[in-house]
Amino acid sequence: MKTLHSKAFRRRAGQLLATASVVAAALAFANAASAQTLTIESWRNDDADVWNTKIIPAFNKKHPNIKVQFKADPPTEYNAALNARLAGGTAGDLITCRPFDASLDLFKKGNLVSVNDVKGLENFSDVAKSAWSTDDGKTTFCMPMASVIHGFVYNKEIFDELKLAPPKTVAEFHAVLDKIKADGKYTPIAMGTADQWEAATMGFQNIGVNYWKGEEGRKALIEGKQKFTDKPYVDAFKELASWAPYMGDGYKAQKYPDTQNLFTLGRAAIYPAGSWDVPIFRKQADFEFDAFAPPVVNAGDKCYISDHTDIAIGINAKSQNMEAAKTFLSWVASPEFAEIYANELPGFFPLSKAKVDVKDPVAAKFVGWRGTCESSIRNSYQILSRGTPNLENELWNVSAQVMNGAMKPEEAAKKAEDGLASWYEPHKK
Amino acid sequence: MTDLTAPSVQAADAVPARSRFPLHIAVFLAPALAIYTLFSIYPLIDTIRLSLYAGDETGVRSFVGLQNFYTLLTDPNWSVQFWNAFRNNLIFFAIHMVVQNGIGLGLAMLLSLPRLTGGSVYRTLIFLPTMLSVVIIGFIWQLMLNPLWGIAPSLLKMVGLGGFFGPWLGQESTALLTVSLISVWQFVGIPMMLIYAALLNIPDDLLDAATVDGAGPFSVFWFVRLPLILPTLGVVSILTFVANFNAFDLIYAIKGALAGPNFSTDILGTFFYRTFFGFQLQVGSPTMGAAVATAMLVIILIGVLIYLFGVQRRLQRHTF
Repeated sequence: MKTLHSKAFRRRAGQLLATASVVAAALAFANAASAQTLTIESWRNDDADVWNTKIIPAFNKKHPNIKVQFKADPPTEYNAALNARLAGGTAGDLITCRPFDASLDLFKKGNLVSVNDVKGLENFSDVAKSAWSTDDGKTTFCMPMASVIHGFVYNKEIFDELKLAPPKTVAEFHAVLDKIKADGKYTPIAMGTADQWEAATMGFQNIGVNYWKGEEGRKALIEGKQKFTDKPYVDAFKELASWAPYMGDGYKAQKYPDTQNLFTLGRAAIYPAGSWDVPIFRKQADFEFDAFAPPVVNAGDKCYISDHTDIAIGINAKSQNMEAAKTFLSWVASPEFAEIYANELPGFFPLSKAKVDVKDPVAAKFVGWRGTCESSIRNSYQILSRGTPNLENELWNVSAQVMNGAMKPEEAAKKAEDGLASWYEPHKK
Repeated sequence: MTDLTAPSVQAADAVPARSRFPLHIAVFLAPALAIYTLFSIYPLIDTIRLSLYAGDETGVRSFVGLQNFYTLLTDPNWSVQFWNAFRNNLIFFAIHMVVQNGIGLGLAMLLSLPRLTGGSVYRTLIFLPTMLSVVIIGFIWQLMLNPLWGIAPSLLKMVGLGGFFGPWLGQESTALLTVSLISVWQFVGIPMMLIYAALLNIPDDLLDAATVDGAGPFSVFWFVRLPLILPTLGVVSILTFVANFNAFDLIYAIKGALAGPNFSTDILGTFFYRTFFGFQLQVGSPTMGAAVATAMLVIILIGVLIYLFGVQRRLQRHTF
């Protein structure tokens, strides 16, 4: 009886399984016939939630036949992992593009296709496209998505308590720092040098634009008309060096997450920021915070900001779903995408010409500087980091050393210039 | 061969045994050989082949002979970093040899004390970090040594030594030493276990005889035990050497691929990673990376050869 029962059960289970697999196979077939699946390669693993719950569903409302899958690696591993997958032929259809040479390299190796013919590209200015165009500017290979802006975020409660006003000039900035230090309760500047990029990106590039006058200096550097040993660059390093006494205990071993925590725990007053920090602070800080633009050298000077083209999206040349991929890119260029992206990820600002309302007040302040100050991008990104030694790596190194007091500003400037002059023609003279 | 087995030998002679290829040997060797060739020998040779090529910007590779090695050793942009990484690696290795293997030896001696209670508990605890993920090790130690919320500064302050605390992981002068000692802490269990096993192998009668002959504990260690465990110490040294010159993960986990400050913690592994995979705006170069990997292979090979011909041959393996 018992064996009979179990036999019958087994037979029924077998039938069920067979039916299920046939149904599944049929469904899969139907799926393959009607819908294409696009896979996105990205380094924004922090944003996976926003992509899966907001961006992709919004896209599917318009294009229900195209399935989109978001696949992200940690930022530091992305380049290596993506290159390995491209070489192995297993990379996704859509590839999130790093700015400038990393993507230009992919395009030259035939991994990315030109997007010149994709509808919506006309929504972007030449500056927005520059990070993903060939040197002659004729071919664009990624659809620009967003930029990040540098500035300073400050703890409003501390500023109110100590009766401080957000500084506009470097002198005011130092006066504010002195007052916070004299009070003794808070760390004036939350910043560490252990990760090195903080010193270079949140420090040197953040304040530097005011010294080398944004695009003017950046272009002069590329043309060889200015050198890192010129006054603006040395002065920027000098200003960085002067921050050291205001930074936290043991800032030399302080890493980026430590810095963020120092600020969100309310123990530091000023945080040299990238706008991408805003959504994180929004979640973690239980006090009111606000932002001020990088202080100018003299009152009344024209102000500049680092409005860095950071992220774009391109098409894998080996993609089987070229048409669907182009459809997706056109949608990325639309105002609808810009609106969602700007508000779901405040701190990443759309590059398209379409007017977008940023609802987060601090993020809106960052993007508002576009109206009052001149935008520029980080000076090491275009062309100058092509050789060996790599300029960006050098800037990380020397900026951290200047803040550590291990190197004088003049030495740092000389090291960056010497490295550049060793391979870059316009700087050899 | 005895007479008893002779007939069977003759029977086998019907099929010419001598000339027949010993097929079973090939069969037994085949799986290991196949796996080893596929996953170890082939990649190794292909890496060396790749190091003789250079790629242009469209990704087309052409044969350049030893150009990559010439660049690596003579172009100051490469050679300075290469020799810096090599020097740091030597320091990294020296610290392991002295501290890790020294402490390992000491711990093994303590564990082999005859009247030790709870020996297996200590053994397990000391060996435990070896089995932890390097990411966890890096994270825990960074947290402990963190100048803002670490336990190290407050502990030192409690015993009145607060002034001695520094951001050790962030200073050029101390970063490499600190990272090395973290690695020592993690791996000290391995030499301890190997040496402990060797010590257990020494028969008690030898030690008893030495004691009867009037040797004190120090003499017993120096003249009896140490010579008998020398072969194991040799193995421990060579394992340390190979592991250290292939090291990468802990430095990457703690200091990142740029191994700061000012490349003071950069070792060959992190230098290779930057070269091969690229870093931030530095575009990776598989061919140059292969050249660095080959250079590492040569360095390790030289070290192992020195050991094999200079040390191993002079060691005598005692069997009891």
